Amino acid sequence: MSNARFTYVLRLADANLILAQRLGELIGHGPALEEDLGLANIALDLMGQARMLLTYAGEIEGKGRTEDTLAFFREHRDFLNPTLVEQPNGDFGQTIVRQFLVDAWQMELYGRLVDSTDARLVGIAAKALKETRYHLRYSANWVVRLGDGTPESHDRVQRAIDTLWPFVAELFEPDAIDAEMEQVGVAADLAEMRAGWNTTVNEVLSQATLERPQNQKYQWWGKRGDHSEHLGPMLAEMQYMQRTYPGAQW
Amino acid sequence: MSDSREWPLYEIFIRARGGLDHKHVGSIHAVDATQAIEHARDVYTRRQEGVSIWAVKSTDIIASDPADADAFFEPARDKAYRHPTFYEIPDEVKTL
Repeated sequence: MSNARFTYVLRLADANLILAQRLGELIGHGPALEEDLGLANIALDLMGQARMLLTYAGEIEGKGRTEDTLAFFREHRDFLNPTLVEQPNGDFGQTIVRQFLVDAWQMELYGRLVDSTDARLVGIAAKALKETRYHLRYSANWVVRLGDGTPESHDRVQRAIDTLWPFVAELFEPDAIDAEMEQVGVAADLAEMRAGWNTTVNEVLSQATLERPQNQKYQWWGKRGDHSEHLGPMLAEMQYMQRTYPGAQW
Repeated sequence: MSDSREWPLYEIFIRARGGLDHKHVGSIHAVDATQAIEHARDVYTRRQEGVSIWAVKSTDIIASDPADADAFFEPARDKAYRHPTFYEIPDEVKTL
């Protein structure tokens, strides 16, 4: 029971941690100063959510692991983020599409977790929901602007959607952990989430004159630790300092 | 003229708290009005600077010409009597 809860919370934490790290790579490299700051703000919000969730996961586990030990001293296979969030930034269109797909997912997620039977998750979700509402507004507006922009921006953002679409199915594919957590009223119902997500995504894509790709069967199980080739190099960079100088502070 | 690929410039005004004026804080580039507000939020309200944002296209601001400064502002310089500093304030008035 508590084991499933630990895994469930860790999955949510890692989704935020890994996406925040990806967005962090863009700091100083954004296409414009304003976007640089916009993406950094989102990264910081996600990092804040990750910290709360990692801390909570450590407490559930009860083995003395903190947010830092969980972030910096776990191995590749112990990270449980959905595969989508570890995908590379690509061009700005791909960064935005990835963000949009995740934001729409987190809106559905946090919008339901505020009614969870887990009081800690309720608190975290309430804070995260406000942040996510802004993230979604930001990324959805960009998807529309790029999709309904120039022929080049349209093609690029469509390509980004086609590239990232295979990773979407995993977000809503329940496994035993999800089922157990849903049964005790902790987790959000993934089927309901998918329906809500579909509405948002369809609306934005049609406004952006973009095509929704065919649904595909899930092929990725990042949330079980089976990751794409992109996670490893990223973790190496993220964990390097703490692994070289364990416990270093500044 | 500037490169047409460059985003238009907007002037940003922030209201720090309810009841205060919107104050000019700087400018940002944005592709449209919606994004101007978002960029202003991201750039200028990261440290809780405000509760409300105005964005105005920089090209919509009509400014006085610095060359007119003498004609515009010099004549006021020697008219100190326009300042309300010659009134005696009654002791009963505490908060002025």
